[in-house]
Amino acid sequence: MPQMTMIEAIRDAMDVKMTMDDNVVVYGEDVGYFGGVFRCTHGLQEKHGTSRVFDAPISESGIVGTAIGMGAYGLRPCVEIQFADYIYPAYDQIVSEAARLRYRSAAEFTSPITIRTPCGGGIFGGQTHSQSPEALFTHIAGVKTVIVSNPYDAKGLLISAIEDDDPVIFFEPKRLYNGPFDGHHDRPAKNWSKHPLGDVPEGHYTVPIGKASIFSEGSDVTILTYGTMVYVAEAAKEETGIDAEIIDLRSLLPLDVDAIVKSVEKTGRCMVLHEATLTSGFGAELAAQVQERCFYHLEVPVERVAGYDTPYPHAQEWDYFPGPARVGKALKSMMEAV
Amino acid sequence: MSDYAPLKFFVPEPTGRPGDEPDFTDIEIDAAGSVRRPDIDVNPAEIKDLARSMVRVMNTNGEAVGPWAEDIPDEILMQGLKSMVRTRAFDERMMTLQRQGKTSFYMKCTGEEAIAIGFQAALSKGDMHFPTYRQQGILLSQDYPIVDLVCQILSNAKDPLKGRQLPILYSARDYGFFTVSGNLGTQFLQAVGWAMASAIKGDTKVASAWIGDGSTAENDFHAALVNASVYKPPVVLNVVNNQWAISSFRGMAGGNNATFAERAHGYDIPSLRVDGNDFLAVYAVSRWAIERARRGHGATLIEWVTYRVAPHSTSDDPSKYRPKEASAAWPLGDPILRLKSHLINRGLWSEERHKQAETEFDEEIRTATKEAESYGTMGSGSSPREMFECVFKDMPRHLREQRQKMGV
Repeated sequence: MPQMTMIEAIRDAMDVKMTMDDNVVVYGEDVGYFGGVFRCTHGLQEKHGTSRVFDAPISESGIVGTAIGMGAYGLRPCVEIQFADYIYPAYDQIVSEAARLRYRSAAEFTSPITIRTPCGGGIFGGQTHSQSPEALFTHIAGVKTVIVSNPYDAKGLLISAIEDDDPVIFFEPKRLYNGPFDGHHDRPAKNWSKHPLGDVPEGHYTVPIGKASIFSEGSDVTILTYGTMVYVAEAAKEETGIDAEIIDLRSLLPLDVDAIVKSVEKTGRCMVLHEATLTSGFGAELAAQVQERCFYHLEVPVERVAGYDTPYPHAQEWDYFPGPARVGKALKSMMEAV
Repeated sequence: MSDYAPLKFFVPEPTGRPGDEPDFTDIEIDAAGSVRRPDIDVNPAEIKDLARSMVRVMNTNGEAVGPWAEDIPDEILMQGLKSMVRTRAFDERMMTLQRQGKTSFYMKCTGEEAIAIGFQAALSKGDMHFPTYRQQGILLSQDYPIVDLVCQILSNAKDPLKGRQLPILYSARDYGFFTVSGNLGTQFLQAVGWAMASAIKGDTKVASAWIGDGSTAENDFHAALVNASVYKPPVVLNVVNNQWAISSFRGMAGGNNATFAERAHGYDIPSLRVDGNDFLAVYAVSRWAIERARRGHGATLIEWVTYRVAPHSTSDDPSKYRPKEASAAWPLGDPILRLKSHLINRGLWSEERHKQAETEFDEEIRTATKEAESYGTMGSGSSPREMFECVFKDMPRHLREQRQKMGV
């Protein structure tokens, strides 16, 4: 199988879908001729033409609003919002329109659109290139929310998203584009070329939306996480020697409750871990789910490790980022509590 | 010491408030027939003056004059008049239903009927409107079942939208009527996207975008214009300037000294300002803009100048913010009376036939309403199960669990 970076896997997913289905179009700021600031659409315009891969004006509501109109026409737009931090001008179009077309029109009109956007920190990007706004979308009835953590899933899930008849917000942790990142920013960067999840099949395959994966099996404690934090959790596991079971949720809505329950019932301990700010973060939903469904299996309270409730800082990035040290410390305290 | 005088904060005010005489002298109106008619492939820069002038066809004698006077088939004019009468009768009946407590909400389009109906008459099958809540004329001028409209308004067991959407925010795909959002301005942009899709696919379908004067202040209006300017898709951008956005006059949207049509200039989009109460002008300009779009010349913005005779909605009381007789003093008159007198002049219509049409439509709507009421009123007859359907194509587990917990 070819070895791909997450950028190449995402590009390949769009290429495969565009080749299979004339109704798939790709556009966004700088995605046409140039191929995107992260190069995710590099070469697609040359291959599929300017009618199907093109640049958009710097207007995020314009990108999503026009995609909704195209979706209603019968196309399957896969649009890019250059950074998740810039998605807010499109929020009304996503929340009030894309999410509700099917509901309010009794399925006369639907929004089969995919909104790709790079999220998360770790690139010294400050508050305008580092945010993780996933909880703002899982709170909305009518959109699906996906966050990928590796090239294999990225391709399979993006194909699923494009094929989905409902709107999907597709988060791509930008720090994972070129390699897995465990939070040790002072060590040499790894790349996907030697990682098993960098093995990406050619052609069409899907990873279903709504299914978590067990990233690493364990018996002491369950870590519910997604995106970059999957690798941070793994580093903390190795460094503490605590036998954590790391669940990569992949899809936040719909959520794979069965995978969560099965793991927490086995381990009796649960940490929820995300890069996004703590308060009202998606971890709060996860903690509530675990409490409702696994209360009598829990030996210690659910522990939340997340970004602090501040805007994403610049110079203090590594103080802010919930790296392996913070995760390891929390793991130890969970094990010592009983 | 500074030689600058302290700044004063400016908030625009309309020409009259309750207790004042209505004053419309600030509305620039051209004589019927005086505005030129350009070719559809005209360079937008050459018709900038048409964004300030006003295209009008019917003169005070009810005659069609000037370059925009077309040889419109009699059938279209007769149908237009009947549809306007039918729409007004429908509005009155629904208002009564609301007062009787059978529906929570209604919005009339009184005085604005010619715009939606005249435009619809110029559109083709397969084209798509992205309407606001005041274009019911689009459906009422087609053969959309009246009973279905009333069932939607009553949110009853036969509501085509299953009780999920506020009254009057219809959806009728087969009638070229996109689901009405209720959020303002959002759909103006979606219409541009729909039109882009038509061009991407190499089709010849045209989108018709609708927005009110007040909502042109929304971001999405400007995003729509920039996208329409950049991609030149087959879309007609309709701005219905009815002078009022609930209680805010057009000046609060920046439309006091500049016209709404002039907004298009910065985007290199041709625009026209039109008498929206003149059915002949509405039809002619609509045809021009639609033809332009279908021939690949891109978007046109049309400002339809009219007056919101009705309250904003059943929850509104205009006597609290505008002069009482304002609608009667409106210088562009009533669209129904104007087309009626034109048709009478031409010997195609009469007072008797008009009265007869009013009676017939009143009876038709009364009968339809009665049938609709038999399926329930004010949400009765709707199913709580429907609440959980159509959130997604396939119901995800969390919704299934919530529905089961509710016991439906």
